[in-house]
Parts: sequence; C-alpha cells; structure tokens
Amino acid sequence: MNWLDTILQGILLGGLYALFAAGLALVFGIMRLVNLAHGDLIVLGAYLVMYLVGALGINPVLAALFAAPLMFALGWAIQRLVLNRVLGPDILPPLLVTFGLSIVIQNGLQMGFTADSRRISAGPLETASVDLGFVTLGVMPLLTFASAIAVILVLNWIFYHTAMGRAFRATSDDPVTASLMGIRPKAIFAQATGLAMVVVTVAALYLGMRANFDPTIGPARLIYAFEAVIIGGLGSLWGTLAGGIIIGVAQTFGAAVNPEWQILSGHIAFLAVLLVRPRGLFPRAFD
Amino acid sequence: MTILELDHVSKSFGALKVTDDVSFTVAAGEALGIIGPNGAGKSTLFNLITGNLLSDRGSITLLGRDVTRISPMQRCLMGVGRSFQIPQPFSNLTVFENLVVAATHGRGLPEREVTDDCVRVLEQTELLARANQSAGSLSLLGRKRLELARAMATGPKLLLLDEIAGGLTEGECHALVDTIRAIHASGVTIVWIEHVLHALTSVVDRLLVLDFGRLIATGACDDVMARREVQEIYLGIDV
Repeated sequence: MNWLDTILQGILLGGLYALFAAGLALVFGIMRLVNLAHGDLIVLGAYLVMYLVGALGINPVLAALFAAPLMFALGWAIQRLVLNRVLGPDILPPLLVTFGLSIVIQNGLQMGFTADSRRISAGPLETASVDLGFVTLGVMPLLTFASAIAVILVLNWIFYHTAMGRAFRATSDDPVTASLMGIRPKAIFAQATGLAMVVVTVAALYLGMRANFDPTIGPARLIYAFEAVIIGGLGSLWGTLAGGIIIGVAQTFGAAVNPEWQILSGHIAFLAVLLVRPRGLFPRAFD
Repeated sequence: MTILELDHVSKSFGALKVTDDVSFTVAAGEALGIIGPNGAGKSTLFNLITGNLLSDRGSITLLGRDVTRISPMQRCLMGVGRSFQIPQPFSNLTVFENLVVAATHGRGLPEREVTDDCVRVLEQTELLARANQSAGSLSLLGRKRLELARAMATGPKLLLLDEIAGGLTEGECHALVDTIRAIHASGVTIVWIEHVLHALTSVVDRLLVLDFGRLIATGACDDVMARREVQEIYLGIDV
C-alpha cells in the first residue's frame, strides 16, 4: 500500500462527500430539518443535467449552470408548499414527509428514465490525470475537491457577509425572536432550501460524471452525506468537509487493505469520531 | 403631543380579565413607569401595545393613528421598540450583527444604510467594545444592554422596557439606569415596567399602578407611592 497515495485519494474522495453533504448541512443548520430525500434530490439533479446535455447538446458544466436556477425553484417550491407545513416542535412529521418525497422522486425517475444506469459523459476529462512524480491524481477528483472548497467558501461568504446570510443565521439561532425582528422564517427557509438545491446541482454534476447512477442510488449517498454532517458538528460547513475527508480517507484505507472493507471502514470511522466527540468536531458555540 | 393613547382597553384570557378597562396617555418625550404585583397584567399591556396580542375592547392610538388592529410588524415600523424580560439575543451572531439584523428588518432598510446608526447605538449602550463578540458570550448586564440596543436599533420613537433591571447587581443596575437615562435624554419616549423601584423612579416622571388588570393609581412617583392602596397592594405583596 502506498500510504501517501491512499491518503490523497481519500482526501479527494472526501471532497465528493462534502459536496453531497453541504446542502444537507445548510438545511439542517438553518431549520433543523433532516431531509431524507437529499440523496434522491442529488440523483434528480444528475438526471436533469443529463437531460439538458442531451436536449441542448451542451457540455455538462454549462448544463449544470442551466439546471441550477431550476433546482433553486424546485427547492423553494418544495419548502413553501410541503416542508414549511410540517416544520414544528415535533421532528417526526418532516422525517415522514421527506421519506415520502424520497419514494416519490425514486419512482418518478424510474417512470421517466427507466431503471437503467446512466452516466453524464465528460469526455477526456474522465480519464485525465496529473502526475506529481510520487503520486498520480485524477483531474476529475481534483476538480471535485476544488468545487467542494469553492462551494463552502461561497456559502460561508453568503452566511457571514450578506443580509440574507445574517437572516439565515438569526433564524437558525431563534426563529421566534427572528420573527419579532421582522424576519419571516418561512420565507427564509424557502430561500435556504433553494440555495441548498443549487449546491445539490453541483454535487449532481460530479455524481453523474464520476460514476454510473440510477434512480435508486440516492439513499446510499444520503448516508455518507449524513455522516459527514454529523462528524462536522451538525451545520458547520468546514466541519462537513472535515467529516467528508475523514470518511473518504477511512474508505480508501479500508479498500487498500481489502476491497470488501471500503464501505465498512467509513462507517467505523464515523462511529469512532462520535465516541470521542459526541457533538461532532465543530459544534455550534451556543445551542 | 401624545405618542400613545389607550382608550378603555380590555383583554381576557377565557374568564380571566388580564387587562380591565385601562385608559392612559403617554406624551412625547415622557418617561412612564408601570408597576404592579406579579400577574397584574403588565407584560400583557405591552403585548397589546406592540400588537403581539389584540385587545377585546377599546382602542390603541399610536402617533395619532388608530393601531388597534394592525400587525406587530407595522407597529414596529411606526416606531415601537421593545426589550424582553428574558434577554433573547441571537447567540451565534456577533453583538453588531444582532443590531444589524434588528435594524434592517425592523426598519425595512438595506444593511449599508443602517450600519452607522448601529454603531451609534452601540456607543450609546456602551457595547462598542464588545461589537465583534458573539452575543452568547455576554454577561447578564451585557445581554440586557444588547436587549436595549436591539430595541434602539429599530429607531423607536416609543421604547417599551420590560423588567430590564431584574437580576442585576446594584452596581450593574446603576450602570444600566445611566444608559437608559441617556436614551431618554436623547428624545426617546419610554414606558418601563419594573420591579426594581429605585431604578425606575430615578428615570421616570410618572408612575402607573396595575392590579388584577385594573389601573388603580397614576401620578407623580412620590404621590403614587405615598398612596395607601398602592402601599397595601404593591408593597404588601412584594416585600
């Protein structure tokens, strides 16, 4: 086993998991909503990008740019029409509703696109690599990781440097007090879910370009994303990246020892972190 | 000029009359204190003024406009600011951000137009040195100041203070009273509910006494406190 290579591949894989998780962390951080349909929404995004690539004959990145506003609108509408109605002191209704949403999306996709597995073709990019002498890194994993960093930088900039971000954080702190200040939490939630869907579009782009996907792979992506979010401390974006990296590195190490251990070792790393830091690596200062 | 007028306002929760035919006016620039035993309906009165509760009967006039049925948000935009009995800052936001959020949403203005005002309010409430600290890390006095600052950031003409001196030490209380006095001196009309009487009477010109939702006395501080029924009801229960 080449240690350095394994670690680097693991870190880059962590970027993909962080992309899966960033939207989930954003939504959870602001409205304490666990969106069980998050993985399926990523898959839906991948189909949308794939459809746009086919219909318009454009390159996948451009297609994702077109898909992003559509996904924003979808997220906004889901929040406004469905999720806002079930958010409340009881955490069960939103779980049930997003679980239902997950089933609807999976079956809808099977109806529309069949159960065949698909892939978004990225051309020569798929196999391009950079030789650093001691290791060789794929361009696609490097791009994925860079995109994860870029997504987190942009989201953090929005959170800490815009009026919308401050309204997000104030609502996240205390929706009741926020509403007394003239903030309308339900409108904020809709914007947040819309924004999360833009992040989902980025995740979908890489999901589709890096591997095959079919309508039913969403829930497995949700688990990695969820683990990354929990390791990160529920809502912290850099923490989520750290969580993704921990799972990614654990998986590549597991795979290097024995390919059957890849998935398991990711989950074991997750449990190990929880044993040491039950509130995650970067929990909120005041809860 | 009258800034606030309550005319025969009543509010019941079921069979319990929490506000019973209350009428009074507050002149612009005045500082009015409201006292009364626990459960006398003081906070309810504030909720009626801010619009968080709607009255069953009577009318409320703010700056010459009947606001009896209009929303808390609109009343806030008209110039009603309020501090809460239990400070509720946005703990994970900085002190400054707490003010910016209150000012932008409470006044409906973009951020860059309110930042100067926010800095001025921080100065006024002696929080400038803590501007970039997270609000959750403030001491109780700091939180009370922030509560005051946040109400001030909405640019109020009428400031409602709900037991803001409660739980403070003697020294902290004095410091806070100085700040409130300075805010009053800057032209803001204040209505203040308080149990800490010496703090209250050092700022307000006039007292209003509530008991079981009814207004039982009003007048200059010394006159009101000297009245027998006030001493019986108020001191009899609280001391």
